[in-house]
Amino acid sequence: MSASADPSGTDPSGADPSAANPVLVSPHTEVGAPIVRITALRKSFGTNEVLKGIDLDVMRGEVVAVIGKSGSGKSTLLRCINGLEVFQEGSLSVDGKPLLHDSALAMRELRQRVGMIFQSFNLFPHLSVGRNVMLAPRLVKKRRADENEARARQLLARVGLAEKFDAMPDQLSGGQQQRVAIARALAMDPAVMLCDEITSALDPELVGEVLRVVESLAEDGMTLLMVTHEMGFARKVADRIIFMDRGRVHESGPPDKIFGHPETPELKQFLSSLHD
Amino acid sequence: MVDFTLWDILRNLLLAARWTIVLSLIAFIGGGVMGLVLLVLRLGRNRFADMVIGGYVQLFQGTPLLMQLFLLYFGIALFGVDTSPWVAACMALTLYTSAYLTEIWRGCVEAVPRGQWEASASLALSFGQQLSHIILPQALKIAVPPTVGFLVQVIKGTALASVIGFVELTKAGGMIANATYEPLLVYGFVALIYFAICFPISLVAGSLERKLHVGQR
Ligand SMILES: Nc1ncnc2c1ncn2[C@@H]1O[C@H](COP(=O)(O)OP(=O)(O)O)[C@@H](O)[C@H]1O
Ligand SMILES: [Mg+2]
Repeated sequence: MSASADPSGTDPSGADPSAANPVLVSPHTEVGAPIVRITALRKSFGTNEVLKGIDLDVMRGEVVAVIGKSGSGKSTLLRCINGLEVFQEGSLSVDGKPLLHDSALAMRELRQRVGMIFQSFNLFPHLSVGRNVMLAPRLVKKRRADENEARARQLLARVGLAEKFDAMPDQLSGGQQQRVAIARALAMDPAVMLCDEITSALDPELVGEVLRVVESLAEDGMTLLMVTHEMGFARKVADRIIFMDRGRVHESGPPDKIFGHPETPELKQFLSSLHD
Repeated sequence: MVDFTLWDILRNLLLAARWTIVLSLIAFIGGGVMGLVLLVLRLGRNRFADMVIGGYVQLFQGTPLLMQLFLLYFGIALFGVDTSPWVAACMALTLYTSAYLTEIWRGCVEAVPRGQWEASASLALSFGQQLSHIILPQALKIAVPPTVGFLVQVIKGTALASVIGFVELTKAGGMIANATYEPLLVYGFVALIYFAICFPISLVAGSLERKLHVGQR
């Protein structure tokens, strides 16, 4: 399918593939050091404690998949990382920038390091595809117009949508819209990408084209933290699986261990429920 | 007893209609600017500002425009400030318009999906950038029909300024009707003139709405 991204920029021999790839920009953090640091994070909605002490480090270049039942707090955890939700206790930093809710400036600094892809795409419907991708770099990074457009075209080509630069979002299929959303997030040169069930709103035949783009990002060394129900994809692409249950990281480990040798009854039950 | 020709009646009514239009324009521009400022203050997630503005809106929506005109006209005078019907009418209609418009527009902003706020925040846009580049352009499209509908309300509402002695179309109509003993004819003309002002506005609104929809493609 034409949707598959061009993996020619990857350099499998190098220790740092993202450095060899002109499309992705290197984060400040060293390879193997944590990009996302979450310590003792607690989050409540009113009296309902949704995250009950999360400790999680995501290393640079690591692909982490978050799985768990609906309502276990997966989305809330992701949304805490870029400040869409305010948490009450604990600390969080991204690429060396601490999350400070009270400072609009610090939040904007941090959000430039974090790309987020939503289940519902959330493209800006009144702007063309090209403008969707170029808006934030222009406003926030003050990127020069010619440079900005060249980069937007490069990123759209990267997700297989070079010819859609002037299209409006409502002229695209869901899979195409989601790939534009990925290009839009990449245009801000994030150090980490957060994906919250990004294929759940898609028709089954469109899931593959989006997952292939995500997989190629992983191959190129992008740090990814993704909530997913696509267990086959998680098993194939993730370095580590986090199983969340009732607001806690209940079990975690490499895919083979989590899917092959689950330890806790909750995880066993969750995995068997998927086959029903 | 002076004899009025038909043309005399119409001419005097049209001259007075100018003031209806001027008063409407002032109310709408002043009320629009003020309504926008109140809207932005209200969206800024400041509880106190939200409460105060909410109260302001309730106050103006919950009392008759006629009372607002009276209260402003006689209220200002109470403070020893010399006020004219003209100033009082402009002020009352501007405040009234701002209260309604800010509430209408808030509804339009709330109709923009939450995901648009979240996506633009995730891209590190500031609050002002979110509003001006993402939220307001989308809200604008939704806002045209109710805003124009309300503009027509304001035009008709200016008729109430006649009670504090401001001579606009309705007041002039009353005076001419008294002088000519032809109330049916005169008020028929008055109604026609109001219609001639309001109807084209509705037409323009319709085409503007279609244009905004095309612009989205
Ligand atoms: N904005 C909110 N207000 C109140 N409760 C919320 C809100 N968002 C999520 N919750 C609650 O937090 C819990 C976790 O939700 P969520 O993080 O969306 O779970 P998941 O993504 O794992 O399905 C749920 O019980 C949900 O009802
Ligand atoms: Mg969720």
